[in-house]
Amino acid sequence: MTTHLPDLSRRRLLLGGTALGAGVLLAGCTSNESGDGGNGNSGQTNQQAGSNAEPGEAITIGFSAPAADHGWIAAITKNAEAQAKKFSDVTFNAVAAGKDVTEQRPAVEGLISQKPDVLVLLPHDGAQMTATGKVAMDAGIPVVNLDREFSDPLAYRTLIKGDNYGMGVAAGHYVGKKLKEQNKSNPVIVEVAGMDELPLTQDRSKGFRDALATYGLTVTRRQAARFTVASGQEVTSNLLSATPTIDALWNHDDDQGVGVLQAMQQAGRKEFFMVGGAGSLDAMERIKAGDTPLECTVTYSPTMASSAISLARLIAQDRKMDDLTELQVPKLIILQSETITKDNVDQYMPLGFRS
Amino acid sequence: MTVGEKVGAPAGGTPAPGASGRRWLRWPEEAGEAVKRNLGLVGVLVAIILVGVATKPELFLDGGWLWNNELLILTQAAAIGVIAVGMTFVMISGGIDLSVGALVALSSVWCTTVATQEFGVGGMVFAALVVGTLAGAVNGLLIGYGRIVPFIATLAMLVAARGLAQRISGKLTQRVSTENRLIPDLSSTKWLGIPALVVILLVVAAAGWVLLNRTTFGRRTFAIGGNAEAARLAGINIRRHTVLVYALSGLCCGIGALIVVSLSSAGAADHGELYELDAIAAAIIGGTALAGGRGSIVGAILGVLIFKGITNLFIVNNLEQEYQLIVKGAIIIGAVLVQGFNLSSLRRRRSAAG
Repeated sequence: MTTHLPDLSRRRLLLGGTALGAGVLLAGCTSNESGDGGNGNSGQTNQQAGSNAEPGEAITIGFSAPAADHGWIAAITKNAEAQAKKFSDVTFNAVAAGKDVTEQRPAVEGLISQKPDVLVLLPHDGAQMTATGKVAMDAGIPVVNLDREFSDPLAYRTLIKGDNYGMGVAAGHYVGKKLKEQNKSNPVIVEVAGMDELPLTQDRSKGFRDALATYGLTVTRRQAARFTVASGQEVTSNLLSATPTIDALWNHDDDQGVGVLQAMQQAGRKEFFMVGGAGSLDAMERIKAGDTPLECTVTYSPTMASSAISLARLIAQDRKMDDLTELQVPKLIILQSETITKDNVDQYMPLGFRS
Repeated sequence: MTVGEKVGAPAGGTPAPGASGRRWLRWPEEAGEAVKRNLGLVGVLVAIILVGVATKPELFLDGGWLWNNELLILTQAAAIGVIAVGMTFVMISGGIDLSVGALVALSSVWCTTVATQEFGVGGMVFAALVVGTLAGAVNGLLIGYGRIVPFIATLAMLVAARGLAQRISGKLTQRVSTENRLIPDLSSTKWLGIPALVVILLVVAAAGWVLLNRTTFGRRTFAIGGNAEAARLAGINIRRHTVLVYALSGLCCGIGALIVVSLSSAGAADHGELYELDAIAAAIIGGTALAGGRGSIVGAILGVLIFKGITNLFIVNNLEQEYQLIVKGAIIIGAVLVQGFNLSSLRRRRSAAG
């Protein structure tokens, strides 16, 4: 038996190596570069004239955001990198944060030991990463908490996040106003939500419900998809079959919206109008073209990463925000969820992200 | 205790008068049992419709609506159904393929890259099928020649393929370009009143059935799963057959990937999420033993339809997703219990006859 073992292990090694090598070679041979030079043009904030734009002392910004397989998260990192490049006085130091908290924590702690001047952190889970935020703050490194908030305000210097509840409210107001104009009695309103186990989905749904209630309307049907294109398609085709006539549809997320629109096209249903969410470039193009029931989307933009980098720079250089009187950067900034329709879509196109 | 006598006392309702010498009746003995199981599954499908009638009569009693709804269920089941066909082969041969979901993602991403899309619809189809088959073949090589346990080998492929898909796509959704609109349009096309994707599912299922039950390849698969050592002694090249079986599973993943790309008009690294669990569960419900040696294509397809039918029923009744998952789990347990019940009664009868 022992004489066979070296043979087998050599064979296994050869096989495994060939398989790996072939895979790498083939992967290297397929190209995915599109003609328009990639997606580098999304989401930079406008640098106005003013003292904030002038370079200050050279600083290092540490950055960590999840490596999820969702375009929105990819856009966060891309936007942060692009914004940091715009400043001549900033060195951008990003670490891969892996796919969950157990991978992100050691990565961030490694970053802390390199002593950056400021840390920008989008945690996988705010509550679970709070302790790490505190470690950084105690070590004298100010933390800019991005989007998913820590459970302890002492763990961050500034929190900048979107408004999930506000998203739902914005969508609800658009739907309510339009249905009132159309003067429909008992309109059928369908909601395609994102992953239900995330608190942000619950916030969005609550905002939607509350806003609709002010018009005396309620959600007729609600189903949760998984933020993916395929799940959006599956849930929506079942929903369309279950509801022979619909008056309005709100889809939480434009990435799963690709699948939602597909399902609508396959079923040949367009008797209703549709509102999206998050503000992806794809959705904005659909709104501009006007060839689908999608006519509006409410933003939850990954441009917040660009803003976070700008704020981090000001904090590290101990400067004030230009248009505010106070001498220090605010503790909490909640970004407005903005409603994009055909009338203003051109303004928002540069801020859209590829999902 | 002649050979004829032993063969003449199988479980189930096989009428075996001249059983001695009738080879097609001798193999497999549980043919009657399989038919009964499949009828049971059809009964479950009918029960789902009846529950729908009870809860939403205004929809389910409308013939036109019911027909369209059932076609919708079939369309949604097409991708997993095709994958379950490949999975059935793998499981009958005694193995398991955990990487099917990741292979769907990888194939869908590879066939929708900018480079591949330039080759048109033919190029995309070719890419998806070849990527799936090759990845499956790698699985087969690792398991057959590398002697790695199927669970581990396909687990590694699951992780690696998913990662590769994410790398190639940059974690972005890759839309199918308008020149290649033929593929997404397929999801809205109907041939003779049946959606094109459903036709593809039926063709693949039929081909799989013929391959499994009427060719030497299928017979060898049963043999290897039933008793690998005996099969090897009988002269079957187990290692080569393993590669072929897993390559077949990979090919089915490639076809499944095309169906998913057609339905969503995009390739993405998050396609095929948890497809492996659905495919394995469907195969098991359909009567395929986890240990190998038994299985049914028809049963697997019926299993997929049951799952998708439940999903549809729940959505039509506006129930939250959590209940669907709990019911799914209960069905899997129930199916295995029923199977175990039949198997033990089979063993009792065999020992009584012999």
